[in-house]
Amino acid sequence: MARIVGGVTTSHIPAIGNAMTKKLEGTPYWKRFFDGYEPVKEWLARVDPDIAIVVYNDHGLNFFLNQMPTFAIGCADRYENADEGWGLATLASFEGDAQFSWHLAESLVGQDFDIATCQEMLVDHGFIVPMALMWRHLAEWPVKGIPLAVNTVQHPIPSARRCLALGKALRKAIESYPEDLKVVIFGTGGMSHQLQGERAGMINVDYDLRCMESVVSDPDWLASQSTTEIIEQAGTEGVEVIHWLVMRGALDPEVDVIHKHYHVPVSNTGAGVLVLENA
Amino acid sequence: MTWNKHDYDEIPGTYVFDGKTSHAAYPLNKLLFSFNHAENREEFAKDPAAYADKYGLSPEQKEALLNDDFLGMIRLGANIYYLAKLAVPRGFSVQDAGAAFQGITTKEFQAKLDARAEGLVDRLKEEGYWNG
Repeated sequence: MARIVGGVTTSHIPAIGNAMTKKLEGTPYWKRFFDGYEPVKEWLARVDPDIAIVVYNDHGLNFFLNQMPTFAIGCADRYENADEGWGLATLASFEGDAQFSWHLAESLVGQDFDIATCQEMLVDHGFIVPMALMWRHLAEWPVKGIPLAVNTVQHPIPSARRCLALGKALRKAIESYPEDLKVVIFGTGGMSHQLQGERAGMINVDYDLRCMESVVSDPDWLASQSTTEIIEQAGTEGVEVIHWLVMRGALDPEVDVIHKHYHVPVSNTGAGVLVLENA
Repeated sequence: MTWNKHDYDEIPGTYVFDGKTSHAAYPLNKLLFSFNHAENREEFAKDPAAYADKYGLSPEQKEALLNDDFLGMIRLGANIYYLAKLAVPRGFSVQDAGAAFQGITTKEFQAKLDARAEGLVDRLKEEGYWNG
């Protein structure tokens, strides 16, 4: 049976990708941010997952505004990264697991989560930056990746509560797969930031830390907020924090915190890292 | 024929990208999306006005585009992630864009971001969010 070894939260902003490409990890601006990932990398080496399900939003690489699925899952054997116009280095492709993906899709749709299925899916910085943060020190990606895209780009976007419920359904889907696979789930994006408009540059440290506490011990606090409430507190782009709830929903009500870290600012954002295991 | 009103429309300095916005700015965002391909970025650089016409931009959208008027484009419905496909390859960072939205210099904008960290070290250590 497939099982979940734990969940991780991480930022996925392009500036982090550029910093890694330029090997700026040790510079004064970046050092503390990247130091926050060393315990994550150690934990991943210890639990040794076979699969990483990466919950993120596509920022206009794979999906254009002509067709915008609320939830979409990659169901391919391989995923390519590509030029998204942001000047990021294109990374090596990622091996997928089509059989497992299709099982997840069947199970989720069977649980009334009508997720779109993608047999060709370009993965953008939302997917590749977390993968690189965890495993760029290795010659090859040590896991298969499964992209799970949540629309947080074009409103209406799914509610926070719906994301938490998707995580609960995702757990049932994972644990009903007969093969012995170890699965880690990355909830990516956030934390508070707004890139556009006169309010650009807002960062809300109090709200970020409250969200991290909520994701650890009281996910209903965040899940009960409306999209407008989250935008007010976290910014239009900070609403990505609802991706974290997909990861959180897939874990037990009680979790152990293996690691937590917060750093501000990283480019225009607050950056929160959590490693959670079922208690 | 009427657009729904939303409570998020009342948040100051904030342009939530929804159906109304996306519908109005579809040609503009389609143009910006085309910049995923280097050959399109090059074609635009050679003759920006012709490129705008090719995508059927409105006169207001075209004017904002040709003037690098970032706030104007946002107000006309450009999605920020798509706007970055124009801005970043042409040497503008997200901080440059943020500064432009506020009418301040990039240094001033970055100083405001850095100020978010002031006085945080003790709190993060106390609450267990500190590593390194």
